[in-house]
Amino acid sequence: MTVLALNGVGKRFGGIQALTDVSLEVPAGRIVGVIGPNGAGKTTLFNVITGAYRASSGDVLLAGNNITQWPSHRIMQSGIARTFQNIRLFASMTVWEHLLVAQPRAGGLWRSVMPIGWADAEARTRAEDALVFFGLEQYRDVIARTLPYGIQRKVEMARALTAQPKLLLLDEPVAGMNAEEADELRALFHGLNARGLSILLIEHDMPFVMSLCHQLYVLNFGVLIAEGTPDAVRNDPVVLDAYLGTEAA
Amino acid sequence: MSTYYAGLFADIGILFLGAMSVYIILATGQLSLGNAGFMGIGAYLASFLTVELQWPLTAALIAAALAAALIGVVVGFPALRLKGIYLAIATLGFGEMVRSFLLNFDRMGGSGGFHGMKHVSLATIWLWAGGILVLIVLLERSRLWLHMRAVHDDEIAANLVGLDTTATKVGAFGFGAAVAAISGGLFAHHYVYIEPGNFGFERSIDFVLAVILGGSTVGPGALIGAGLLVLLPEWLRFLADWRLAAFGVLLVLVLLTRRQGILDKPLLDRLTFGGLRA
Repeated sequence: MTVLALNGVGKRFGGIQALTDVSLEVPAGRIVGVIGPNGAGKTTLFNVITGAYRASSGDVLLAGNNITQWPSHRIMQSGIARTFQNIRLFASMTVWEHLLVAQPRAGGLWRSVMPIGWADAEARTRAEDALVFFGLEQYRDVIARTLPYGIQRKVEMARALTAQPKLLLLDEPVAGMNAEEADELRALFHGLNARGLSILLIEHDMPFVMSLCHQLYVLNFGVLIAEGTPDAVRNDPVVLDAYLGTEAA
Repeated sequence: MSTYYAGLFADIGILFLGAMSVYIILATGQLSLGNAGFMGIGAYLASFLTVELQWPLTAALIAAALAAALIGVVVGFPALRLKGIYLAIATLGFGEMVRSFLLNFDRMGGSGGFHGMKHVSLATIWLWAGGILVLIVLLERSRLWLHMRAVHDDEIAANLVGLDTTATKVGAFGFGAAVAAISGGLFAHHYVYIEPGNFGFERSIDFVLAVILGGSTVGPGALIGAGLLVLLPEWLRFLADWRLAAFGVLLVLVLLTRRQGILDKPLLDRLTFGGLRA
């Protein structure tokens, strides 16, 4: 089964063609990576998938539904969650509040206007689970923006996961992290993937991408120039020429 | 209680409700400078219902609140495409529009004002004010309020964690308008005479001032702000002609030392032993 499919997606900003005829698939339960040099259109791709930008052409399908024209919030409620290249946490909120804010709405308006402590034991349990899973217990009541960078990344990921997505979009998740933190994240993503979560990520860190992804797409100037397993992509002459450089082989 | 203090406490209750209407909208990051307009709508509509149609006050207030909420939502849709200072100016324009409409609306007395309301008791005013306060304090612990704060903090991120930011903002605008209308209805039945000038720009500013002074991040802050805004000028009467200047100086001093206003979350938690946490 395919969680996400892009069919010939294009995006034009005035005279600039940021994406041209991009088609890709994220099969259920897989980790798929999109790599490419700066300015290749990777973040634009994410913005089109999440409805932040409208595709100029082509279709985006989420679990078979055509979501190309849907507003962002509807797309996100339908099973996609994302993290940002530059962490975007809510300035006034504690870690705990971040774990509550993105949860899917269940039980209608009545439950959402009642104090969470009274009405929504389920949401609290879910937040508690995320707190433990990400090892954030000691930061529960701290304003998230005041925490160290690596921890803020975790909070952002935890927030994304409390939305109970089918597909997680990660925008450069290990940017600015050291090797040890990156290893920790890799283990985390493998763990989430083992629970059945599909992941699509954009990343610059080649060893990280190669060791994590099942499937890779290479984007250059808004065009997909290669796809395949990490090994196949690593040895693809087109990719070597455009991006990786011979020494990476 | 002397009539003097009863009058002051009525003013506090009415101002508190007006301030609350600003606070609710501010919780989503929008500044409204036109809430006196919604107050005016509430005052005139509730008075019309009680005087001309003999409705009981409670029913009239609820009807006025619902009508104002509807107008708030209708005005909110186009207005909330604007942000920050532009939205503030647009809402200010709305408030003035309502005032000049009432000025020319002869059916309700026009510039001559409208009267004939039965005087409302102080207890009734505070029953409404207290009820709304409890409602907001509970709401502040809800998922909905978290969504409002998310919109306040970062609209794009809020949208991308699945929140309908437009609905949240417009809803808050409508809710704020409803509370302002209740404030207006009570004002009309406390003073038993209203005129368009009661609902001008200065009153909108008073609402904002009460919120900023009392604390713009927690609901009960508006209560502190409203109390000070009404009582301080009275307590400073010994300064005679200088009292309003002294009041201004105090205001600036408070804001210099506490930008978030007098009451904030840590202080409120200490006062309530943290017992109200979500």
